[in-house]
Amino acid sequence: MSNPVGQAVLWLNDPLNWTIPGGVLDRLGEHLSISAAAVLLGCLVAWPVGLWLGHTGRGGGLVVLVSNVTLAVPTLALLTILPLTFLGFGRPSVVVALAVFAVPPLLANAYTGVRQADPEARDAARGMGLSGGQVLRRVELPLAVPYLAAGFRTATVQVVATAALASFVNGGGLGQIIRAGFGLDIAAGGGQIIAGGLLVAGLAVLAELVLALVERVLTPRPLRPARRRANRRAADAVAGT
Amino acid sequence: MSFRLSYRADPGNPWFSWQYVRDNSDTIVAALRDHVSLTARAVLIAALVALPLAMVAHRFRPLAGPILAFTGVLYTIPSLALFAFLAPYLGIGAVTVLSVVVLYALLVIVRNAVAGLSQVPPEVREAAEGMGYGRWGRLLRIELPLALPGILTGLRLATVSTVALVTVGVVVGRGGLGQLIFAGFQNNFYKAQIMTGTLLCVLLALVLDLILAGIGRAVTPWLRGAR
Repeated sequence: MSNPVGQAVLWLNDPLNWTIPGGVLDRLGEHLSISAAAVLLGCLVAWPVGLWLGHTGRGGGLVVLVSNVTLAVPTLALLTILPLTFLGFGRPSVVVALAVFAVPPLLANAYTGVRQADPEARDAARGMGLSGGQVLRRVELPLAVPYLAAGFRTATVQVVATAALASFVNGGGLGQIIRAGFGLDIAAGGGQIIAGGLLVAGLAVLAELVLALVERVLTPRPLRPARRRANRRAADAVAGT
Repeated sequence: MSFRLSYRADPGNPWFSWQYVRDNSDTIVAALRDHVSLTARAVLIAALVALPLAMVAHRFRPLAGPILAFTGVLYTIPSLALFAFLAPYLGIGAVTVLSVVVLYALLVIVRNAVAGLSQVPPEVREAAEGMGYGRWGRLLRIELPLALPGILTGLRLATVSTVALVTVGVVVGRGGLGQLIFAGFQNNFYKAQIMTGTLLCVLLALVLDLILAGIGRAVTPWLRGAR
C-alpha cells in the first residue's frame, strides 16, 4: 500500500512493532511514567502555593505572571536547557521541564478555587472560631475541589501531550516513534509517523475523557453546576482578564 | 563583569557569549526573520479564518456548540501528532509548520471572539435593533466593535503561544529560532547558542504582545477612561 494511512494501519498491525524493545509498549510505559511524575511534581509545587495565595488573597498578579511567562517559553528550550544544568541528562530533567508547564493551570485553578469560596461561608467559619489554617483546610479547600479537579485535568492532558516532545532530547515516550519515522525519510517512514501520531493523539484524548469522568465523580453533587464555571473562570485567570 | 566570571568558570561552554552572537549574527538574524515571518503569517491567516467563524457561531446559535467542541478536541491533540498527520501529505517545510500553527491559533482566537461577542450587553443589542439595524448590520457595526477586547485577548494569546509553538517545527526542518536551539543541543550542547535562541524567542513573544496591547489600546479608546 502506498498511501501513508494504509501504511500506518499496517505498522500498527505488526505485533513486533508493539513488543520489540523500544516498541509501542515500552514507549507507552515511559510516556505514562514521565507524565505521572511531572504532574505529581507540578501538584506538589503549585497546589500549596495556589491555595495559600488564594487564602491570603494576595499574589493574583503573580499567578497571571507565571502563566504568561511559561506560555512564552518554548517547551523545546526548557527540554534542551535543563539537561545542561545540575539536573543532568535523562529522566529528571525531562520531568522537571514538563512539570513547569503543568504549574500554570494547577496554580491558577487552586487560586481561583479558594478565591471564589462564598465570603459568607468564610465569615461564618471565622465567627465559629476557626483559625486561618482551619478555614483553609475545612471550608475553602472542600469548596475549591471542583476547581482543583479542573486544573488537574487541564494540566495532565497538557503534560501527556507535551511529553511527546521529550523525544527531541531522546527522553523517551511515544514521541520517539514519530521521531524515528521522520529519521527514516518521509516516503519510507510516513506510515510510522502517522501511526505514532495516532498513538500520541489517542493517549491525549483518552486522558482527557478519563479525567473528565474523574472530575465529575470528585465534584460533590451540590457543586456540579459550578464545573463549567470553574473551567471558564480559570481560563479567564490564565488569560489575565 | 559577570559575563567574564561565568566565562572563566566554564571556559569552553558559557551560558551566554557576545562572541557567539557577533560571529554568528547572520545565522541568528536569518532564524529570527524566519520565526517572525512564520508567526506573522500564521496569526494573520488564523485571524482571517477565525473571525468569520466566530461570527457564524455567534449568529447561528446551533452552530456554536459544534464549532467550540471541534476547536476543543483539536486543542487536545498534541502538536507533534498534528505534525505527524500533516507532514506525510504536505511534505517537509514551511507549509506544514504554518498549517499546524494556524490550527492552534485559530481555536484560541475563535474561543475568545465568541466569548467577547456573547458579553455584549442585551440592552445594547436591543437599542441597536430599535435604531433600525438589521441582524448583520448590528453584528458588524455594534457587536463586533464591542467584542474587540475579547478578540484582542485572543489575538495576544494566539500570538504568544504561536511564537513558542513554531519551535516545534524543528521536526520538519523549519522551526525558526527552534532550529537554532536544536542545532545548539546537537552540536556538543552549545549552551550559548541554545540560550540565544531561547532569549530571542521569549523577547519576540514579549515584543509582539506589547505591540498588540498597544494596538488594542488604540482601537478601544472608550475603555481608557474607565480604568
